Amino acid sequence: MRALIAAAFLAATVPAPASAADAPPVSVHIRDDKFVPAKLTVAKGQTVTFVNDDDDAHTVTADDGSWDSEGLNQGQSWKHAFAAAGTVTYHCTVHPFMKATIVVKGAPK
Amino acid sequence: MRRGDFLGHVAWTGAGIAFVLGADGVVRAADASPGQFSFVQISDSHIGYTGPANGDVRATFKDAVDAVNAMPVQPAFVIHTGDVTHLSKAQEFDDARAIMSTLRVPVITIPGEHDVIGAEGPKRFAASFTRKDAAGRGWSSWDQGGIHFVALINVGEGETMGVLGEEQLGWLRRDLAARSTDTPIVVFGHVPLFAVAPEWGWTTADGMKAIALLQRFSAATVLNGHIHQIVEHREGNVRFATARATAFPQAAPGTPNAKPGPLAVAPGSLLGVLGYRTVEVTGNAAWQDHALTGA
Repeated sequence: MRALIAAAFLAATVPAPASAADAPPVSVHIRDDKFVPAKLTVAKGQTVTFVNDDDDAHTVTADDGSWDSEGLNQGQSWKHAFAAAGTVTYHCTVHPFMKATIVVKGAPK
Repeated sequence: MRRGDFLGHVAWTGAGIAFVLGADGVVRAADASPGQFSFVQISDSHIGYTGPANGDVRATFKDAVDAVNAMPVQPAFVIHTGDVTHLSKAQEFDDARAIMSTLRVPVITIPGEHDVIGAEGPKRFAASFTRKDAAGRGWSSWDQGGIHFVALINVGEGETMGVLGEEQLGWLRRDLAARSTDTPIVVFGHVPLFAVAPEWGWTTADGMKAIALLQRFSAATVLNGHIHQIVEHREGNVRFATARATAFPQAAPGTPNAKPGPLAVAPGSLLGVLGYRTVEVTGNAAWQDHALTGA
């Protein structure tokens, strides 16, 4: 099971498709007090689903405060669409040592 | 009888200070007679948690509240040292308040990081619990029974999590300056002020600055929650004790392959690792020892 999940995470880190319309669903899992993958590249407009697999409360919160899942219990998920290109860093407010990054690629010219 | 399953007292004396740290749910009359000053610490009720480590956190919180209500001599107050809720949801605050409203004595509540999640968490907590006379982000102090009590805030979003901050430390410095060195000081805060396990977030980054301010007092005590287990510690003149939760235990610091968070224990043994604490003072603000009679 873990190997399968790990494979899925690897797949999520390969170069993202050029547009959100072509992009497969992408998710970040929270497990053992970590965001997995810790660094994710997505296309502009891509929606990312964050899933809390831990038996503990977590949040998915932009470091700049622009978005916040608020509290997620085990099994709960939250989605956010990344509309602007750039690098976004985020954390869990309950566990500030949990940090991760999403790189949003702009659409090709 | 479920309450009888709570573990017994842990007594602790030294430097003229004595506590009875009660966790048995049956506080005995011999330990509390009229004229004594006592208070109760409850912590980490995590109302809203639904995982395998505790199937009914409201019930175990109510067990603790009911046990306090059954004390033949009521404490002066109950302090809840944070993580009242699990996710800062409105319903969780409502449920917690409904249970706490049955207490027969005043309740003072300070936030844990689970109580200040998102934009609404801090507002909900403040609306539910923050003292009207609190300063800054909710810290406060008061004198009662010859003791000076201080409630600190060391949780919050981003850089305020696990931090007191200069504003609060400045307030604490001024607050303590007027107290004589023989005034017993009791300090409350959610996250341990001393470094229990920094890698798990079980520390207050600038806690040593507060501890330094407490060193000149002959009897300063710091009571914290957050780590869901009793850890005792001493830094110079300052004694520390963290409290059990009413919701679920967590792993002991240093446990191989462990991580912080809810720890599921064997069926039937949960109540033995949950509890609350009584702290008693007799006479002219002299702390007095009490024998272990429970368990």
